Amino acid sequence: MNNETTPVSLETPHFSINQGKDHATATPMVELRSVSKRFGDLAVVKSVDLSVRKSEVVCLIGPSGSGKSTLLRCMAFLEAYDEGEVLIEGELLGYRDDAKGQRHRISDRETARMRRNIGMVFQQFHLWPHMTALGNVMEALVLVRRQTREEARVVAARTLDKVGLAAKADSYPAQLSGGQQQRVAIARSLAMDPHIMLFDEPTSSLDPELVGEVLAVMKDLAAEGMTMIVVTHEMGFAAQVGDTVAFLDHGEIIARGSPTDIFRDQKHPRIRQFLQNYLDRNAFWS
Amino acid sequence: MIFDLFVFAGSGTEILSGLLMTLLTWASGTALSLALGLVVSVGLVFGSRALRMLLRGYVEVIRGTPFLVQLFILYFGGPYIGLTLDPVPAGVLGLAVYGAAYFAEIFRAGFLAIPSGQIEAASILGLTRGQVVRRVQFPQMMVVILPALINMVIILSKETTILSIITVPELTFVVKGIGTRTFAFVETLLALALGYWLLVEATSAFGKALEQRIASHLTR
Repeated sequence: MNNETTPVSLETPHFSINQGKDHATATPMVELRSVSKRFGDLAVVKSVDLSVRKSEVVCLIGPSGSGKSTLLRCMAFLEAYDEGEVLIEGELLGYRDDAKGQRHRISDRETARMRRNIGMVFQQFHLWPHMTALGNVMEALVLVRRQTREEARVVAARTLDKVGLAAKADSYPAQLSGGQQQRVAIARSLAMDPHIMLFDEPTSSLDPELVGEVLAVMKDLAAEGMTMIVVTHEMGFAAQVGDTVAFLDHGEIIARGSPTDIFRDQKHPRIRQFLQNYLDRNAFWS
Repeated sequence: MIFDLFVFAGSGTEILSGLLMTLLTWASGTALSLALGLVVSVGLVFGSRALRMLLRGYVEVIRGTPFLVQLFILYFGGPYIGLTLDPVPAGVLGLAVYGAAYFAEIFRAGFLAIPSGQIEAASILGLTRGQVVRRVQFPQMMVVILPALINMVIILSKETTILSIITVPELTFVVKGIGTRTFAFVETLLALALGYWLLVEATSAFGKALEQRIASHLTR
């Protein structure tokens, strides 16, 4: 097992590579105000508040089914939240409230414009299998950013190099390992110059051996000051890279704070149980 | 019974023109129904509720009734609503409307075969609906649905025989005429069957080649 997957002891002293970053910007990059989302009768996200500063790395942790992924998807309007507000750099996402307080869905075109500053990485990568790694990264540069193919090729090659895959530019996704595919997916988002990166369990479908290479890229990104919201089961990553860790259970954030606050001397029984399970699962021997 | 192939003697040009008419109605009917079928499938997948219901009704009615009946309604019923068509245009239009219902379902299956995550990834990056269809869904779904498309094209080639009923002078119409003239029904019908079989085999071989070509283009 490599560093990234080493189990976090509840007693491990906190170390953050993001200490000392400039957090002075006034408008939060992402702000959630009482956001709720239901699927039929099931309340999946219940009145969640969250504020993410520029360059902050927020890790959302919690048991499966706790609403982490749905909450993240609301921040990109892949799920239309039912109540509350999602503000991206101060602007309401997905809806427009008129003078009478009535809420209207904005057009797909408007939503697409607001999403321009959001990048998202998925658990299953979702690369386009009929295009090479380079083609995957170039596609939106050409179609959305209106770059010429030559310009896009340069930007895409540079971005692939940044995630350590310059040599794999001409490979198709099926010819790449899971870790490499996920790095291509990260490059595809990064090439569009997003202000905010959302990660939805980016390492959950990877072989344990390949988790490290993806986390390493994410760590670099955090060190460069990218604003990141990461749904993850990698407690090591959350502890090392996260500025804030939020614990979700049954659609609510039941605890939030620095990794130290969350992981060390946790008093909340539900969170203690969750962390204990994590440690048991990752223990080599006892 | 004497099997006498000389019944075709002297009918060479007639048969050739019949074959050309078959190829013409088939090719134009197929092209139109592919185009119409794609449009219908886009409506079925992405359209509003009302549009989806309308198109679903069209598909169900066309798939639920025989082509012969549809053609009769179009050719003999058309004039009542001011749609008077000559046999050939009526035949081609009939083929197009008939084939499109089936092609629409094939294309729809293709759209549904592409994982929704790929589409979400595209829309997060800012691609428009049309760009997603054109660049992400269409190239991939072609690989999946090509065998089904070729199959339907083959079925359409044989449905052109029905056009003989509304006096389109295609191969079946011509050869049946020869049969009636010479009373050599067995020879003419067997020759007809052989002719269509060769046509279908050629189409099928073309389809296979196309499949390989597309598959090699879209390495997975």
